[in-house]
Formats: sequence, structure tokens, C-alpha cells
Amino acid sequence: MIRKVSRHITQNEPLLFESSSPGKKGYQLPDLDVPAVDPAEALGAENVRGEIEDFPEVSEVEVVRHFTRLSTWNYGIDLGLFPLGSCTMKYNPRVNEAVARTEGLLWAHPYQPEALSQGAMEIIARLEAALAEITGMDAVTLQPAAGAHGEMTGIMLIRAYHESKGNPRKKILIPDSAHGTNPATATMVGYTVQNIKSNDRGMVDVESLASIVDEDVAGLMVTNPNTVGVFEGDIVRIAGILHEKGAQVYMDGANMNALVGITRPGDFGIDVMHLNLHKTFSTPHGGGGPGAGPVAVKSHLEPFLPIPRLRSENDQWRWDYDRPQTIGRVRAFYGNFGVLVRALAYIMAHGGEGLRNATLDALLNANYIRKLLEPYYQIAYQAPSMHECVFSDDRQAKRGVRTGDIAKRLIDYGFHPYTVSFPLIVRGAMMIEPTETESKAELDLFVDALISIAKEVEENPELVLKAPHSTRISRVDEVTAARKPILRWKPAPKASQAAD
Amino acid sequence: MLAVCGLQSLEELYRQLPPDVLLDRPLAIEPGKSEYEIVEYFRARGAENANGYPSFLGGGVYYHYRPVVVDTVVSRGEFLTSYTPYQPEIAQGTLTTIFEFQTMICQLTGMDAANASMYDGSSAVPEAAMMAVRITGRNKTLVAQNVHPEYRQVLRTYAMHQGMPIEEFAFDQAAGAADLEDLERRLDADTAAVIIQTPNFFGVIENVKAAAELAHKQGALLIVVFTEAVSLGLLEPPRDADIVAGELQSFAIPPSYGGPFAGILATREKYLRQLPGRLVGETKDSEGRRAFCLTLSTREQHIRREKATSNICTNQALIALMATVFLSLYGKRGLRELAEQNLAKAHYLAKDMKRRFSGPFFNEFVVQCNGRTPEAVNEALLQRKIIGGLPLGRWYPSLADCMLLCATEMSRREHMNTVREVLQNVPEAAHVR
Amino acid sequence: MYPENYRYTKEHEWVLVEGDRGTIGITFHAQKELGDIVYVDLPKVGTVVEQGKALGSVESVKAVSDIYAPVSGEILEVNTALADAPEKLNEDPHGEAWLVKIRLSHPDEVKDLLSAADYQSYVGS
Repeated sequence: MIRKVSRHITQNEPLLFESSSPGKKGYQLPDLDVPAVDPAEALGAENVRGEIEDFPEVSEVEVVRHFTRLSTWNYGIDLGLFPLGSCTMKYNPRVNEAVARTEGLLWAHPYQPEALSQGAMEIIARLEAALAEITGMDAVTLQPAAGAHGEMTGIMLIRAYHESKGNPRKKILIPDSAHGTNPATATMVGYTVQNIKSNDRGMVDVESLASIVDEDVAGLMVTNPNTVGVFEGDIVRIAGILHEKGAQVYMDGANMNALVGITRPGDFGIDVMHLNLHKTFSTPHGGGGPGAGPVAVKSHLEPFLPIPRLRSENDQWRWDYDRPQTIGRVRAFYGNFGVLVRALAYIMAHGGEGLRNATLDALLNANYIRKLLEPYYQIAYQAPSMHECVFSDDRQAKRGVRTGDIAKRLIDYGFHPYTVSFPLIVRGAMMIEPTETESKAELDLFVDALISIAKEVEENPELVLKAPHSTRISRVDEVTAARKPILRWKPAPKASQAAD
Repeated sequence: MLAVCGLQSLEELYRQLPPDVLLDRPLAIEPGKSEYEIVEYFRARGAENANGYPSFLGGGVYYHYRPVVVDTVVSRGEFLTSYTPYQPEIAQGTLTTIFEFQTMICQLTGMDAANASMYDGSSAVPEAAMMAVRITGRNKTLVAQNVHPEYRQVLRTYAMHQGMPIEEFAFDQAAGAADLEDLERRLDADTAAVIIQTPNFFGVIENVKAAAELAHKQGALLIVVFTEAVSLGLLEPPRDADIVAGELQSFAIPPSYGGPFAGILATREKYLRQLPGRLVGETKDSEGRRAFCLTLSTREQHIRREKATSNICTNQALIALMATVFLSLYGKRGLRELAEQNLAKAHYLAKDMKRRFSGPFFNEFVVQCNGRTPEAVNEALLQRKIIGGLPLGRWYPSLADCMLLCATEMSRREHMNTVREVLQNVPEAAHVR
Repeated sequence: MYPENYRYTKEHEWVLVEGDRGTIGITFHAQKELGDIVYVDLPKVGTVVEQGKALGSVESVKAVSDIYAPVSGEILEVNTALADAPEKLNEDPHGEAWLVKIRLSHPDEVKDLLSAADYQSYVGS
């Protein structure tokens, strides 16, 4: 039985271009208080464009209705549990949104005088300090705009470090369970990638690692807890193996939500790592961004951090550009400041104790789900779970139902699906991360839904194979979308032209 | 719940961690604060910034009015708290808005295809250069010295380890536009891309067509960059470019001390497969209804891993949505009117000033400070609670006596009069204070 | 299923050799494993390819597979029809949907390839 949702009407809505009619507008500019200028005269006629063809013309109420109607076609955390493994979809506190819109912060220009930017700089300094404490690292840059951007920054720091020792080295080791960004990043920084196989517990195999680490290895990129939600218990030994050969250990901080307040990467041998503020620190995903991917380092990597760096001088914050060993800039200005404000607000609301409690709740929620689902779905690895649990569709596949089908059926039960088919090392992976912000009641509804689907797979697999049944649209034809890409709207050919 | 898990205490949840890595003390972070205290903290920080000062800063970040409806829309939880639209059945809202966004970017730039957005303008530039390297099989990128200096720094950082030499070419000292003769001299059979910005960092409008002809003659691609998106409402779009990389901050995205913003990458149909980042495409569902989904994802890192077009895996969906709502409100006529207001304001401000460059400009221009330092001028303006222009000496030693001034629809006549007055009559000693 | 006069690789390509010319494609098994093929990336005419090295790739919605050259040589012709109709690779992989024609530089390489029967037993029936 489906308990979480009932069907209700949603509005249909054409594209803006289709509902446009000439002369409509949704804006009002003030009267010009200076003389008008003739564009052709000021710019040269050849530099002035004609009308923007087919650009929308709609009224304000039409704009509001258009986007409101579209919004109702989405699922968000505000509607319920969003168990996407490795994405840490937790509640986004609204005070964060409010403070990010504080007048003096929202309208701060990055080039306004430093003396009149002290408030913004103080926020950056305070967040850097908090993240250094949480990770156990010595210095933090907030410049990278996203996790992958942070990865690139981190691997460049490793390269700059090795270059300063006279040899950039050749390769980066990456476990086969890693996110696809890791190998893509290493390549962008000019390294070759060597994959290392996971052992039968889903962890890095220490013996085989030891046999391949040599002076050509620049570093290891490790996710901890790894992407099957298991803590790399040998992490200290792993780091030791790398360090012995002068190599560095990079940690992908995607799963930091399992560690905050319990253990610190800086205390288990990590040299450099990134954080995803849009995961661990609750800034909203917004349908795919913006995020922020700060990078935390040990002191030996600090000289290479991107410019500018914050420096305190006579009780005033200054931007320091004079850093001879820096890798340069990875983006203009100082980072996604608006996201940084939200993350700091989250940290302030929790405090040290609260952050640790959030971690414990995240672990509890994941283990609770695992325990209740284990009788119905095949757990991928017996090792204890941290903040997420990974099942495989082994049992259901025997009835012809795969992880993607179960995911689609979850939609009918009122939930966003879990992460489908990742990590790649688990066949038919179902990766579930509930986060700490879900109540027992919501978790129970979710577990009931998955148990009910497991029964449907036995009794009526067709029901699951054709899901979802209750959404505005059914499964989409991704093949045609890729074969004949239509990436923009175009007006229908006019009747007269069609007749020609 | 603990009992269900077969545990006695919460601490048992991490029993698998080696004891020697456990943190043996509480985190040194102040105890949790109430909502009221948090709001007060940030309000106090905001008050330490220049709050409410009229400002004539531009240089990649512009002051434009943000219509109220923009925040109304992006505050809806279904947009704010949704994830990347990997499950199209319950993400048609986000997918549809991105499809509209891609369409508008094509309409504005004259390109055939645009992606779902990039981190920002500065990181879109190296992604464009990497794309040109893949398409041409060549390595070298030529970038004009009047492209935003921080964008050029980012380009160098990205290119450093990818075997992509970056070479700069000069700007015309009189006009302020890219020096096309210098460009022609440097173009060779190894040049993958030529990068120009229009309006450029000095606010001057470039001759895109001429630059394109030079680049194409040598088999290189032309990348056109923009930082002031409002100019697209009035200027001829860069139709002769092969790739357009730009920053949308001007479309209702708050300055927010430099981010988050949204960049764009747009290109011609034939280069589509080399475009990095997310793309939304139109298709049908199993019952023939129109639907949208992410498409061509084999270009991306989660499938192609070390062979991907880029390691980028997010876009800036919510920020791109701000721009989409803004463009919907202003529409065909409004964007034009807005751009014309910017043009009029900047030309009013520039009147009688000693402009450093003679080339045509949109809403920014470089002014010489009549033998005084730009810092002295800004100090005098600050005493009148006005933030002046951007001194250029940091990036261009030869322009140490110049500042970049910007006027937008938000610049008021009386403040512009003050700037004009102060620039004409700054006392020599003003900066000694 | 697998034409007797073709030779096969363990990476699931086939080649039909006629004199010093060869026609190359992917096998029925390969297209079935990939699912609906949405895009084919092929080399330019004149490219010289080496046995066992990638000469292009085929894509489905969620996977990319390299195509490895079964024999070395120079590309003489590419099947441009596949650009607009990649679905032909699913419909007729051993016929109409050939990928490239090649001039063999080392015709003796053919000896290393599998016969139809060997390939059939390699992929299982």
C-alpha cells in the first residue's frame, strides 16, 4: 500500500516561447535621468543587433505562474526523504538562505576596497578556521566552486609540491570504487591514472597497493568512507605506504558527513582533501548547483594554495597576492561566497557538539535502514556501514527486475530514488544515504515502500518494470534524445513555408 | 532505532574505526547558536562592508537591479532543494527551465547549442580552450591582453599541465581593442584558439568578424568571451565565433562578493560532441508526450572517466534559473531598453572625461586621472560615500594612472555628477589623509 | 549468425578481407551488449591505424566503447551514413552498418584473428 502520497492535479504549461505574445512585458524601468544615446551613433551601426528573434514576451503574472507550475513537477528535499547515496541530500535550513541575502553581503562587490569588505573577509576567515578544525588540516582555500573543481585544485597542489622537489612524478592511483571525477581530474592535471582493485570487503587491498607504490606515484586519491559506505580501516597503513615513497594522499571528501566530530582526515594521514559544502554543510543543491569545494591541506602544501590568501595585518584582513609558489587561480574572485555564508551559518547553528550529533544520527539512520532491508535485498558487503548502505539487485534480477526499475517504482511511493548503478564495482547497485535530518517516521515509510516493492517483484514484476505509473510523464526515450539531439526550442515552421 | 540495529549506544555505530584515529575531544567550535544570534552575526558582518554606497565598479561584476520575482521563484523548495535531474519523471521542472535557458543563450549569442551552465565565466574560458584543442588537434591558445586579467590567470592554471601553451597578444594602445596585427603575426599552424572578449576588460567593443577571419584563415577557432551579459541586448551577437564563453552575473545574479555566478558555453552544431558540461534535450515519454532529459552524457566524467571532455559534473542550475527568470521578465523589448539605459548612463558619465581609449564602449570605460593616482580619486570619492572605479595598475603597470569606471541603470545622475566633478578636481593631497 | 568469411577479434570487431582491402565492423554480440547505439565516432579517411589500437568509438545512452582496429592499415573510406542513422548498427551490424574500409599494411595479421566458429564459441551462443 502506498502511504506517503496521493494523486493530485498538476497544471500543464507550455514553454515560455510558446506562450509569448508581442508587446507583453514583465518589467518596468525608471525613466532615464540622463539624455538618451543613439546606439548606432555611439557604437557604430555594424555593432548594433536587430531584434532578438523569438525571445519571450510575457507578463509578470505569467512568469510567476510559469515557473510555479514547472516547480510542481519537481521533487525536492522539502517534499521528503531524498536518499541519493553519496550526495548527502539533507534538509537545507532556511536561516542560511536569509543570511546569505543580508544586504551588505549580497551586494558586496569583489573589488570594493578591502577596508569596506572586512565583514565578508571575516566570514571567509572564520569558515576557513572552522573547516580546518573539522578536518584536522592546517590551511583551507575556499576558492574552488564545486567538488570536482576542488579535486583539480588538490591534485595541482600535489603536483606543485612534487615539482618543488624536482620531479612531478607520473601517476595517480585510484581505487575502482571511486567517483568518475577522480580519474577525469587526474588526467586534467597531466597524470596517468592507475586503477587499483578493491578487495572482497569493498576496501583498498593494502598488499597489492604496497606492491605498486613507487617513486613514479604522485599520490593516491581515496574516498573515505569509500563509495560503498565502508570506512577504510587500514587508512593509516595506506597513508604510510604512500608517504614512505614520498607520495601524497588525497581524500575525496564526498562522504565527510560520516566523519565530522568523530575522526579527522588530518589525524589519519591525509595530506590534502576537498569538502562539498553542498553535501556535508547543508547548502542547497538547487537542481544541480551552485556548490562549493573548499580544499584543506597540511602545512607542507600551504605555499602552493591558490591566490589570493587572506592575511591579518594590524587587525585588518588583507588579500595577499604575493605568493611565489602558488598554483595560480582556479576561478576569478574568492569563491562561491554566497555558498560559504550558508555553510558558516550551518556550522554556527550546530556548534562542535551539534555537528558530532548530526554525524551520529546520519550513521544511525543508515544502519537502521540497512537492518530493516537486509531480509529483502542483498547487501553488497558485510562490512559495517557508515552513513550509507549499498545493496545489489541480485535477488530481484532473478525476476528480471533491475535496480533502475526498483528506483522508478519508488517514485510511485512518493520518494526520490536512491543512487542507481553506482559504485560500478557492485552489480546492480542500490546506494542509500538517508542523512541525519530524517525522522524515524519518514524512514519507516521508506523502508515499507522498499519492502512492498520487493513483494511486488515476486508477485507482479510487470508493475515494477513499467513504473512509474503516477507521474506526469512515464519513462522517457533517452535513445532518441541522444541520437537526434534537440537542445533548444525552435518555432514551428510557418504554414505558408510548409506549403512551399 | 538502536535496538533494531542491535546496538547499545550511538558510539557503537563507529566501532569499526581504529581507536587510534578517533577524535578524543570535542571539536573546538563554539556551541550552537539560535537563529536570532546567527541573523545578528551576519547582519553585523554586512554592516562592516560598504553597505548602500553608490558604486562605479564593474570589471566582471556589475550592479543591476534584481526584479523581486527572481527570488520568489528560486526560493521555491522544489527548485531550491532538488538535485541534478537524473530522474526525469520527477525533475521536469528543472529540466524544462534548463531547456529554456539553453534556448535563450542560443538566441542571445547566435550560437546553435549551449550547455546547462558552467561554474562561472572565468572557468568557462579554459573549458572553451580545451574544447578547441580537442577539435583542432592543435595545442596553442592565443589570448588578448585585454581579456579579464583574472580570467587569463584561471586559463593559465588550467592549461599548465595539459600541454597547452598560452600566449598573449597585445591590445591597440590607442583604441583599446585587440591588436589584430599582433594577432596575425602570432597565429600559426599550431594555434588551436584565439580568445578575445567583447566588450573587453576596458569596456571597448571588439571587431569579432575581423578576428574570426584571421583565426579561421589559419585553421584556428575563435572563442569570444563576455563578462557584461546585458550588452547582448544591444550588441551584434558574436555569430562569427566558434565558441562563446561568458558570465551571466548581470542577469539578476547578486554580486555576493564574487559568487556564486553562472558561466555559459555555447558553440556551433558541428562541435556539439566536444562541449563539456550538462545538456538537456527534448524527447518523448513512452506515451508520446513531450518530455526533457539530460542527454549526450557519454561526454561526461561519470561514464568516460579519464577520457571525459572535462571533470566538471555540476552546473549552476539555480543561478541559471535566476538568469532565466530575469530574461523572461525583461523579454525581447526589456533587455534592449535595459541595455540602452546602460549605454546612456555610461556615456553621460564619460562626457568630458579624459578617456584612455578611443574605441566604442558600452557601459564601462577607462579614464585617466589627470596626473593623479586612481587611489587618490577613489579616496576623495569615498569621503563622499561613493565607491569609485577600479584602478588598473595591479594588472597593467602602463595604466597605473587609469581606472575602469562602470555605469548601469542603477547609477544616478547626481552621483555621476559627483564622480565627474571629483575626477576633474581632485586635490593632490587627497590620498595622503 | 557470424559470417564464415569474416575474421573476428576478442574485442568484438570483424573484418572482411578481399585482397589488400578490408571492411571493418562490430559484431552482433557487441551491439547487443551495448544496447541502443546513439553515436559512432569514426576516423578520417587517410588515418593510419595500428592493429589493436582504438580507431573510434561507439556510444549507447550510458556507455562508450572503443573500437579496436582488427588489422593495421590506412583508412580508405568511412560509412558516413551511420552519422545520421546509428541505429543501423543495431539492425545490421554485419552488413549495411560496416564502419570503415581499410588498405591492409600487414595482411599477415589476419592470421591472429578468430574464425567465425571460434568467435561463436568465445561469446557463447
